[in-house]
Amino acid sequence: MRASRVPYLFLAPAMALFTLFMALPIGYTIYLSLRGAKVSGLGLGKGARSEIFVGAANYTDALADGALWNGWLRVLAYGLLVLVVMLGLALLFALLLDTAHVRLARFSRISIFLPFAVPGVAATLMWGFLYLPSLSPIRAVLDVDLLGPTAVTFSMANIAVWGGVGFNMLVLYTALRAVPRAYYEAARIDGASEIQIALRIKIPILLPAIILTTVFSIIATVQVFTEPTALRPLTNTISSTWSPLMKVYRDAFVTGDLYSAAATSIIIAAISLVLSFGFLRVVRDRAFGEG
Amino acid sequence: MRTNRLALAALAVTLAAGCSGAPQETASPSKAPAGPVTLTYWTWVPNMDKIVKVWNAANPDITVTVSKQAGGDDAAAKFLTAAKAGNPPDLVQAEYQMLPSFVAADAVADLTAETAQAKAEFGEGIWGLVTLGTDAVYALPQDSGPMMLYYRRDLFDKFGIEVPKTWQEYGEAARTVHKKDPEVFLGTFSSKDPGSFTGLAQQAGAQWWSISGESWKVAINDAATTKVADFWGGLVKEGVIDGQPYFTPEWNKALNDGKLLTWPSAVWGPGVLSSNAPKAKGKWAIAPLPQWSAGENSSGFWGGSSTAVAEKSPNRAAAAKFATWLNTDPEALELLVKEGAVYPAATKGGALLTEAPDYFSSQPDFWQQVAAISATARGFTFGPNVNVTYNAFKDGFDQAVQDKAGFAAAVGKMQEATLADMRKSGFQIAP
Repeated sequence: MRASRVPYLFLAPAMALFTLFMALPIGYTIYLSLRGAKVSGLGLGKGARSEIFVGAANYTDALADGALWNGWLRVLAYGLLVLVVMLGLALLFALLLDTAHVRLARFSRISIFLPFAVPGVAATLMWGFLYLPSLSPIRAVLDVDLLGPTAVTFSMANIAVWGGVGFNMLVLYTALRAVPRAYYEAARIDGASEIQIALRIKIPILLPAIILTTVFSIIATVQVFTEPTALRPLTNTISSTWSPLMKVYRDAFVTGDLYSAAATSIIIAAISLVLSFGFLRVVRDRAFGEG
Repeated sequence: MRTNRLALAALAVTLAAGCSGAPQETASPSKAPAGPVTLTYWTWVPNMDKIVKVWNAANPDITVTVSKQAGGDDAAAKFLTAAKAGNPPDLVQAEYQMLPSFVAADAVADLTAETAQAKAEFGEGIWGLVTLGTDAVYALPQDSGPMMLYYRRDLFDKFGIEVPKTWQEYGEAARTVHKKDPEVFLGTFSSKDPGSFTGLAQQAGAQWWSISGESWKVAINDAATTKVADFWGGLVKEGVIDGQPYFTPEWNKALNDGKLLTWPSAVWGPGVLSSNAPKAKGKWAIAPLPQWSAGENSSGFWGGSSTAVAEKSPNRAAAAKFATWLNTDPEALELLVKEGAVYPAATKGGALLTEAPDYFSSQPDFWQQVAAISATARGFTFGPNVNVTYNAFKDGFDQAVQDKAGFAAAVGKMQEATLADMRKSGFQIAP
């Protein structure tokens, strides 16, 4: 009898925290998303505004909102850029640092990782200053408006890549260090070159770590908010609904419609869930199937 | 999976509401404070803590604590969120255009009884901004932002242009300047500052909102506003007026380097110029805004704010007492002018301003000019969802400046977005 209670005791703190900081807020968000403000007459004075149940209206409005879908398209383009370039570079750097004859490994590792330690807002402002036409040193060499309508997606992806490569590289590099050196020795005895070792041994072993970093990155790009928000005051090209999460912020804190903000955040959560689990499903068998 | 930030914020809101609900219901709001009370005050006026110190020393029963805010739209959103959560500050600085939103959200208290005597201290136009044209009084006016034309006197001489008396002359001057030096612009149109555009529309005689009976009339795309939008849209399209927003590092640089010759702005302009363009000290001067037709004499307001008391404040009487002192007492007004660099809304405040700002030392009659301009400024009634309108301004004009295809469509979008939001909430709208 006593023994059977022990597991619950151990679970209790985690469950309490989960309920307080996950289940309750999510529940409240769902509750809010089904409600709306109702004003009577001029809406001034006492009791002129009340909260009513509106059913799925906030969801249908959000789904029918062209601005939200345009936001998704922009984030899709941005996300593909970031995922491919950032993870590609992270993998490349991890493999390079893991080769036998690399010099200054410690220094390189730290300098690649360092941008990750810069807070997102600071990094965005720094890059923002580098992008601004009249201040930009880049502009002196390259004659493009880095904050122009098309270029701004690339400029934004650049900030994310700059900040994210280091972290992902570290995850991959750590996974590589855990691989027994004997594998490589065996391969070398069999006459494999460093490139062959990288492609045929290291990358297959790394696959679970690559998948992990990809899932993290997908979630992070779906939720992109800091970069466009911090860049927005500097340029005309970023609207208040540039990314889906910016629309949530706008609805909740600029135009004061918490209810549709709640509905949109549930939609965003659902889409990131589908994307990350969808991705996991597609790659699961290849990565973990052989055990 | 991660939870989103909104959900966390929502939780904070529920918790806060739960914690602070009980004591407020027992307190009777308009009763005079029995014992010593402590009030919190959200404001972004510089050095307000110094001003409040003077009050606290003289009023040991009512201690005010200042919480410095960032100002602007974010401060309004923060106050509305706190009010919804049930733990707003007792006193809040409210920009005139945001006050109707606060009233509509039932977030600020009606101070009619507490302010009966203070009313005489303010002009009728300013007082209208805190009553919203109703019988209630929702705040005490603190400062106002009449608009004028800031211009580089030295560079006007260099380019051989006169101070424009009409907007048409302004357009001509813009062409002349840009033709003489393609690097230089007479001015820029900022798509990030709806307040500036609002002031220019007010000057032209716009009435974006009005109340008729029990319904709102919304006319953001009225003839006056369209005239203003077409004027600026045409100059931006022509390329003789720049399209970069105000208050960016790039704008600072242009001001500092003498690449921008004018700035139609409000009375608080000297503070911005002195910190953002220190190199041009003594070179700027002010003149009345150019007019829409020769011989006219009018201006609009950009900014200006009031002191409101939260509906949920348990110490309404004490808060109103402090707000009245702050905005009408001669000692407080002097402190507001000296420490806070505020242009006071109270009529007797104008007399306190005698010495021209350091940055404008070359224009000794600075405050006389301001007083003359201020008398010609006209405002309008703000609606209950200015935040929506202003957001639509930013998105619409961002796009319009980028496309250089005129601004009329952007004004149309402002009207549409404002109406759609009001309809969605159920406001009564006059056809």
